[in-house]
Amino acid sequence: MLSINCPWCGARDETEFHYGSQAHVAYPENPETLSDEAWAHYIFFRDNPKGWFQERWVHTAGCRRWFNVWRNTVSHQFGPSYKPFTPAPARP
Amino acid sequence: MSGPLTRRRTAELPEHPDFLWRKPQLKKSYDVIIIGAGGHGLATAYYLAKNFGITNVAVLEKGWLAGGNMARNTTIIRSNYLWDESAGIYEHSLKLWENLEEEVGYEMFFSQRGVMTLAHSVGDVRGKQRNFYANKVNSIDTEWLTPEEAKKVAPILNISDTIRYPIMGATYQARGGIAKHDWVAWGYAKAADDMGVDLIQGCEVTGIKVDNGKVQGVETNLGFIAANKVALAAAGHTSTLTQMAGFRVPLQSRTLQALVSELLEQVLDTVIMSGAVHVYVSQAHKGELVMGAGTDAFNSYTQRGGVHVIEHQLAAACELFPIFSRAHLLRTWGGVVDIAPDASPILGLTPVENLYINSGWGTGGFKATPGSGWVYADTIANNAPHALAKNYSLKRFTTGHLIDEHGAAGVAH
Amino acid sequence: MTKVNFEFDSKMYSGTKGEPLVVALLKNGIKTVTDSTYLSRPRGVMALGAEEPCALVQIDSGSGEPMVPATQVELVEGLAARGLAGIGDLPNVSDDARYDKANRHVEVLIIGSGVAGLKAAQIAVSKNQRVMLIDDAPRVGGYFVAKNNEIDPELLAVLDSPNLLHLQRTTAIGLYDQGYVVAIERRTDHLSANYDPKVARIRTWHIRAKEIILATGAFQRFLVFPNNDRPGIMLSHAAATYIDKYQVQIFKKAVVVTVDDQGYEDALRLHKNSIQVQAIVDVRSNAVGALVDEVKKAGIEIIFDASVTNTQADEKGELAQVAISKVDLTGKVLSAVKEISCDLLAVSGGWTPTVHLATFIGVKPKWVKEKAAFVLQDLPKGLSAVGSVAGDLGETENTPASFFGVLPEGELATVSFIDLQRDATVRDLKRATGAGLTSIEHIKRYTTIGTSHDQGKTSGTTTIGLLSQLISKELEEIGTLNFRPPYIPVLFSALAGRDRGELSDPIRTTPIHAWHLDAKAPFEDVGQWKRPWYFPQNKEELHQAVARECKAAREGVAVMDASTLGKIDIQGPDAAEFLDRIYTNMFSTLKINHSRYGLMCGVDGMVFDDGVTTRLGENHFLMTTTTGGAAKVLDWLEEWLQTEWPELKVYCSSVTEHWSTVAIVGPKSRALMKKLAPDLDVSNENFGFMTNQYAAVAQVPARIARISFSGELAYEINVEGFFGLHIWNAVMDAGKEFGITPYGTETMHVLRAEKGFVIVGQETDGTQTPQDLGMDWIVSKKKEFIGKRSFIRSDTSRDGRHQLVGLLPKDKLKLLPEGSYLVAKDSKQAIADSNHIGYITSSYHSAALSQTFALALVADGRNRVGQNAIVPLFDEQVEVVITEPIFYDKENTRRDG
Ligand SMILES: Cc1cc2nc3c(=O)[nH]c(=O)nc-3n(C[C@H](O)[C@H](O)[C@H](O)COP(=O)(O)OP(=O)(O)OC[C@H]3O[C@@H](n4cnc5c(N)ncnc54)[C@H](O)[C@@H]3O)c2cc1C
Ligand SMILES: [Zn+2]
Repeated sequence: MLSINCPWCGARDETEFHYGSQAHVAYPENPETLSDEAWAHYIFFRDNPKGWFQERWVHTAGCRRWFNVWRNTVSHQFGPSYKPFTPAPARP
Repeated sequence: MSGPLTRRRTAELPEHPDFLWRKPQLKKSYDVIIIGAGGHGLATAYYLAKNFGITNVAVLEKGWLAGGNMARNTTIIRSNYLWDESAGIYEHSLKLWENLEEEVGYEMFFSQRGVMTLAHSVGDVRGKQRNFYANKVNSIDTEWLTPEEAKKVAPILNISDTIRYPIMGATYQARGGIAKHDWVAWGYAKAADDMGVDLIQGCEVTGIKVDNGKVQGVETNLGFIAANKVALAAAGHTSTLTQMAGFRVPLQSRTLQALVSELLEQVLDTVIMSGAVHVYVSQAHKGELVMGAGTDAFNSYTQRGGVHVIEHQLAAACELFPIFSRAHLLRTWGGVVDIAPDASPILGLTPVENLYINSGWGTGGFKATPGSGWVYADTIANNAPHALAKNYSLKRFTTGHLIDEHGAAGVAH
Repeated sequence: MTKVNFEFDSKMYSGTKGEPLVVALLKNGIKTVTDSTYLSRPRGVMALGAEEPCALVQIDSGSGEPMVPATQVELVEGLAARGLAGIGDLPNVSDDARYDKANRHVEVLIIGSGVAGLKAAQIAVSKNQRVMLIDDAPRVGGYFVAKNNEIDPELLAVLDSPNLLHLQRTTAIGLYDQGYVVAIERRTDHLSANYDPKVARIRTWHIRAKEIILATGAFQRFLVFPNNDRPGIMLSHAAATYIDKYQVQIFKKAVVVTVDDQGYEDALRLHKNSIQVQAIVDVRSNAVGALVDEVKKAGIEIIFDASVTNTQADEKGELAQVAISKVDLTGKVLSAVKEISCDLLAVSGGWTPTVHLATFIGVKPKWVKEKAAFVLQDLPKGLSAVGSVAGDLGETENTPASFFGVLPEGELATVSFIDLQRDATVRDLKRATGAGLTSIEHIKRYTTIGTSHDQGKTSGTTTIGLLSQLISKELEEIGTLNFRPPYIPVLFSALAGRDRGELSDPIRTTPIHAWHLDAKAPFEDVGQWKRPWYFPQNKEELHQAVARECKAAREGVAVMDASTLGKIDIQGPDAAEFLDRIYTNMFSTLKINHSRYGLMCGVDGMVFDDGVTTRLGENHFLMTTTTGGAAKVLDWLEEWLQTEWPELKVYCSSVTEHWSTVAIVGPKSRALMKKLAPDLDVSNENFGFMTNQYAAVAQVPARIARISFSGELAYEINVEGFFGLHIWNAVMDAGKEFGITPYGTETMHVLRAEKGFVIVGQETDGTQTPQDLGMDWIVSKKKEFIGKRSFIRSDTSRDGRHQLVGLLPKDKLKLLPEGSYLVAKDSKQAIADSNHIGYITSSYHSAALSQTFALALVADGRNRVGQNAIVPLFDEQVEVVITEPIFYDKENTRRDG
């Protein structure tokens, strides 16, 4: 049961959140002009690093807001969380 | 209210053989390097040697042999998957299981005690029925059980309607069952070693050398090792390796947990799964209950998960099997499983010549060990996908031809 | 001191309330508690607490419990237990005891209330921190009190601090990331052998702490030698505590075998209690100091460079004699010294700090040779250790030896036990190394050491140590201790808590639910909702009831509680634009007070949800979703709004519960509607299909929508949720003259299937595009929307995909099973390499058609319309005709009445 820091509400138990996978994967500007490969990458391919990862969570059972956070996938340590469309803090 | 004086005990397991495998001298180059000595890597090495006479093979393992998911799974074996592609490869695997102990010459406690999958709502019944008929048309043995019939198979099952999601029916594959994972891995390892395959433990691949689009060998903590062909069999660590080779795969690594109880007198002699209430259970040969549930929500390489997942599955278990309320949880653990968007494997060639991929088995690859090893060895030997692997290529994510085995529950064991 | 009676192995005994069951057994002369799992060797108590590897019992009193260490059971009147040989027995009676859970946030959590833990608590409390102190044992004091010491009252006073929550009999079973600890509090077993169903027997604590201090102490290790498992062989600290503190008086003559000074200390405690300590056998070459002098003064012989190398038993299999030999530190037996007869062998094999909890989050304890112990190091922030677990094992004058036992050959190896519960021996260890295994993890698996009830608490370090002796490697090269939660075995029911039965998942019901209950409707679980499935009259079966309900809807008027449909209120200046992007079809063109059916896809182009959305105002929409999909859709909308389109000013709220919806359906619904809302112009001209009107219905303001999921003329009356039952009753009253008939989900399904309307999740499984469902008409060519790009991928755009069709069995009474597969009649038409061409998604008896029918997804289905196919069932091949997926009123003449 992770404790996740919602930038609006503060630290809450993991069960209040839903996971949103890799952060900063923008919807392609002009999907029609993309190759099938590029489109497939947008739909299905996400980074899966060992170590620090910028990922998304949504505080489903709280403020219902999405946010990004740095988390380390080999230690479960959290770095800063930050609101969407705000500059990403540096890698911890 | 004291019970009778019972100090019964189950039969002791037979012993592993006196000798397992060599500690080989690492060579400078190999015909084939397999990365990862999990079940799939070991089985692949075995079939390369056995079916194709390719024995100049090294299996490189960063930790101890078969210490990844192979050592952590709940050993459910079945082939009653929904889609034709899945039916093909899992059924091939099950057929291999049926002869495996004899062929490899190693006790594996393969026990076809049946696998029952419960349905808990009208919609769930509809979905499971579809699965049942799909198996029928693919000639995979399957039965549909009413709650009463399910209870005959597993008398401890609670089929009353006092539980939140009462049991409304079940599929049953009598040929499904369990085996003992370590024994399976060690059986393959010993047999491969006997045929001359080098099993190299404590050897972590840190780089994959590619020249002109063709693989040349691997960098490891023990130095560079050249190879004509390199085959990935690294389960949850696959994406890290493909990144070394310069391409991406649609895999996410998640924790999947499992647990065991103490040894208990036999109360359950089949395997029971429920995706709707999130628990599956069998009672292993020595008497411990072996249970699992869904994956933890987020990417992780820690091999540990959240206790709420365990609590939830124990609540579900006590609902379905009231007798379990006084079993003890002895140990929980987690593995790093590689989940593909459609919960199906990725098996075949890669954008890099002579580099092969076998991954994405996620929460359900133990049962596939023989089949996957067989098909993968064939793919490597012929440098072309085996017929059963054709639809499992990376390409499917581009074409959209996914093989969606999530089912209603999102976890396919 | 209260005397109580208890039962053991079907005989009655008495003892003192509150003492450990093992003490009571020993006092009653019972040294053999059970026998071993595989070899049936008699086994007694070995240790003091949770680490006990031998003395397991099955509790038969109270709610019953298999496999509990007798060291952990407190004596109460009426306790009934029996020795257990390692295989537990699940009580086959229901467990009505209560198990609950509690949460706690603290600044400091201290685990272990020995002296070190108490001191840590004192410091934390003095800093005004919110503190929780928990401990496994019945009473505070740990090792210090076991040695019969009294705790300084000033230190004890910390327990009265208002900032401190102090719980004994509370075991931390797991330590997780971010300061999360789960602990199990045993609340009633020590009060009575019977549980009180109203009081929680066990409480599971979920504790989040800023700082965790481990003060978990240490376990003593035993030594390995031939026949080291006999009753009468005990860890020295346990033996001394049982004898000195609990006054067990059954032992007369003892030998102490040791690797450290602890053996000397315990020898003296035995000696003080009039036990004849005949020798201390010390593997070290020498030991000096005050303690040694005291031992010498007591006249106890010390034999150095030696260890116990065998034991003999009496006729009961209990210890009678030990053999002592000179040994070296690799475990080689050099020469016999002597044999001594004794009934107690106290073993002091060194201490193992209780590092378990820290290893759960990946901490790797380090072997410290001077302490002969694995000690915690590199603790993450927020976790610290004090006392013995931190390696503070007390100042001793002589360093302990890193010695774990002797390693005999042949037969003797087969009775030199390493894991007593698994009956795993030196022979097994030697075979494992002989088989080529070097990893400790492989060795554990090969030998099964450490897999039993105690999870290697006593055998973990010993195995690594013996291996180091065996293959002459330093311990740290071999491995470290590595444990998995839980720290002690925990009842499933304790972790299940009260999430059982009705509480296992929330039950959602509509405001009209009470009426459905009264009507004795069977319910269908749809997500968390309980929806009436059908409304049987006079013992009707499902099919009979549904036929009657359908007929009413097609010929008269029927009514359904549609309140469970997900409802999302969407407002804001960009609401219309937003919906255009979400739905495959256009919503910005929708007029106010009009409704439109919409389909949404995932980015992969697969149908994700559907429903009717109504424009309530220029910037205000009410979206409906499938019953099961509401939460998912709301998450979806928020995801796009918040993470992709922050420039859109749109606000979404879930209003599913805010509105009750009563659908009246059928040719007579207009008359009924008129009666319910006399001022409302219900004519088709003024109240057309897919439009909305506001009116008072039964004095309640309502929005009435002309929406039809049945193909019939229909009205949906939407009122504030609270009025749901009121409106329902009003509709039922007013409808009486029209023969109004309530219907449930099954009839709803039949009616919509006759019209070929899909249900997401039934006609779809996440692999259907709108085109597959024959809904090209709803896919806008003009605008961009989520998923659009995916339609032109090669597999999504290919011919021959599975498409929605209808099926009519030739045998008009044959109901095809849902989920069954079809094969082409002409097998040459079978596509790909599998011979089936599709499967049935929905199948019903139709009263309107006087026959059965089905919907199916069939490969190249639209081109197969008119062809025959076969549904192979077990005992028959059912012939069907493939049709358009619409069976009733193709011209839509009925919906306008
Ligand atoms: C808790 C749990 C329960 C499960 N239950 C079931 C079940 O009931 N039925 C079922 O069919 N399946 C089950 N599975 C899934 C199954 O275990 C896996 O799908 C399967 O084991 C994966 O294949 P593998 O055995 O080759 O993987 P692993 O055993 O994980 O092998 C991969 C190996 O690659 C090594 N490796 C990784 N990176 C490198 C590198 N860079 N260099 C060298 N070596 C490397 C790893 O150390 C590891 O040993 C379960 C999994 C888990 C975790
Ligand atoms: Zn929040």
